[in-house]
Amino acid sequence: MFTTKNLPVRLRKPSFLRQMAGLMLAAYSLQLAAYSDGLLKPNGFVDVRAGTRIEDDPYEPDQSLAELRLQLEWSHLGDKVEIMLALDGVYDDVVDGDLDLESGKGWLDPRTAWMLFSPADFMDVKLGRQILTWGTGDLLFINDLFPKDWRSFFAGRDVTYLKAPSDAMLASFFPQFGSVDVVYVPRFDADRYLTGERISYYNPLLGRVAGRDAVQDPIKPDDWFSDHELALRVAGSRGAMEWAFYGYDGFFKSPAGFDENTGRATFPELRTFGFSLRSPLGKGLINLEAGFYDSRQDRDGDNPLIPNDERRLLVGYERELKRNLSLGLQYYVEQMVDYQAYRSTLPEEMPIRDENRHVLTMRLRLQAKSQKLTCSLFTFHSPSDKDGYVRPVVDYKLSDDWLLTGGANLFWGERETSFFGQFENNSNIYAGTRFTF
Amino acid sequence: MKQLVNKLFWMVLLVGSPLLASQEPGVDEIVARAEQAAYYAGKDGRARVEMTISDKQGGTRERAFTILRLNAGKNSQKFYVYFEEPADVRKMAYLVWKNESGVDDRWLWMPSLNLVKRIAPGDKRTSFVGSDFVYEDVSGRALKEDKHELVESGETHWQVKNTPLDPGSVLFSYYTVWIDKQTWLPSKAEYYDKTGKLYRRVEVLKVETIQGFPTVMESRVTDLNSGSATTNTISEVTYDLGLTDRIFSERFLRRPPREVRQ
Repeated sequence: MFTTKNLPVRLRKPSFLRQMAGLMLAAYSLQLAAYSDGLLKPNGFVDVRAGTRIEDDPYEPDQSLAELRLQLEWSHLGDKVEIMLALDGVYDDVVDGDLDLESGKGWLDPRTAWMLFSPADFMDVKLGRQILTWGTGDLLFINDLFPKDWRSFFAGRDVTYLKAPSDAMLASFFPQFGSVDVVYVPRFDADRYLTGERISYYNPLLGRVAGRDAVQDPIKPDDWFSDHELALRVAGSRGAMEWAFYGYDGFFKSPAGFDENTGRATFPELRTFGFSLRSPLGKGLINLEAGFYDSRQDRDGDNPLIPNDERRLLVGYERELKRNLSLGLQYYVEQMVDYQAYRSTLPEEMPIRDENRHVLTMRLRLQAKSQKLTCSLFTFHSPSDKDGYVRPVVDYKLSDDWLLTGGANLFWGERETSFFGQFENNSNIYAGTRFTF
Repeated sequence: MKQLVNKLFWMVLLVGSPLLASQEPGVDEIVARAEQAAYYAGKDGRARVEMTISDKQGGTRERAFTILRLNAGKNSQKFYVYFEEPADVRKMAYLVWKNESGVDDRWLWMPSLNLVKRIAPGDKRTSFVGSDFVYEDVSGRALKEDKHELVESGETHWQVKNTPLDPGSVLFSYYTVWIDKQTWLPSKAEYYDKTGKLYRRVEVLKVETIQGFPTVMESRVTDLNSGSATTNTISEVTYDLGLTDRIFSERFLRRPPREVRQ
């Protein structure tokens, strides 16, 4: 069942001790960066950022982000083997959590720990914890079913943190026509999904938006070598056009189903197939990507507790409008299969989804001051759900080492049950600085 | 009569030969050979580049990268750039297929995302990695984009004026290049804005001959408007390494080839 805490939520204030600990960590890391040398000298960065909600959220603290992050990275680039280790030490003042290397909770979050080698001339193998990405969408994912970290994305961490690591084996083959990538994940790696601890969300059981009063604790498939995932991409190019076919066998990456017996959310089984094309067109790049989501436990669409099959499609175009200013536009649609079956079996009190969810996105990116200043505006807008999400980000490089960053995550929606609408109370602004070494 | 013809023939030959020998190459030949010397030396090449960008206030930023080049066809080349500095771009790799059509294919490898990002064809006169160099300085501006006129043939240099055929596409109204008569390398270029004012200068500061190819080892570009300047120091130059197409592919974007590693 959802863990229910007493209301109202106690809004936590950073304690003096915590702040001192954070400062000491920062000082230590800077010292390490400045004085360490030799073979084991790590690269990395220190990133401090803080953010606040701009609307009152009855179930979350005002502070949306308050953290200090030290990333240390070691790598070895040899002729036979490449090794890469990147560890994040995190001091997080918003969410307490016991250390969990899988979900990224707690003070240590290993981002990568892999080795890469070539068992044959035509083949590379990357083994270990790694970030995986493919597909052609910009912040929209159809065939990329690798874990995403929505908590980081919505709270204002650097956008690279949208991609959460997988513990996987990636085997890449390079035939004449292009590449074949096979990813095997021996134990299901879920998204770093929204639990309610940091971001409030619509809870269908309660029939309202909930947060720390109803922290999600879903049933996650976690048996080694049986609750596994397999992902495949076959890619190549024809002239300047790139094509790819994709397949995935595993589970919905965020909780999408519901178990009646325990009253907990679940990750139903999922299989997907898709393709993508990307090519220069005029003065820009066009991309097309489609996928079929086979919800294997509800193929007829008549089980209201498990999502139906879906068809997903996106078309995008990106070009430079003028020097240092570029524009990207995308249209994306999710179409539910067996919509009639869904409607006829949906319990009365549940919010009704449309058969088609349309989303339009726009990205404007401006660089100025010898590329020291980068302004980016990304907007999601769903005309069918009547909701949206706006992400302005400004980065300014004070020097090669120091970066100032600031931005906002602004959600709006007519209904609190729609995808972006449910996050309205989480709208936040944030600022931070990063020292890279 | 026959003797007269013979005499005349020999006279023409004797008097005319010095003239023939010193006859100027046409401007098209000059710019074509300069392009070959500056951008196409050898079948392939490798170099390490250190860039220092200095602004008017005295602040400096550093860039370091290794660049591989393969001549693919008459007007097509492939470039692989592997970044070492600054820290926030370390291990990024940049792949360019410079095509005969003039539209380049470009990809960027972002190691933190494990992502090969295809870059939309862009304005080639945007800054290269935040420096005062523009992309065209690195990969070369297509000759067919300008009208070339020989302004002066000096003792050591040809001076060529280049006027863009599509003036709307660039900031300059024309630029003048000095081409070294011995090495065929451009040694200076000056860019004039639409009002006729000099606003940008590219200079070669040091040339060395490596494996028989005169090679620019140090160059500087100055932005006279902003007061900033970028100096390129080039080292570890090798030609004809035997690079193959294979390296200039997605596989080696994801995994930097031996040739770019120290």
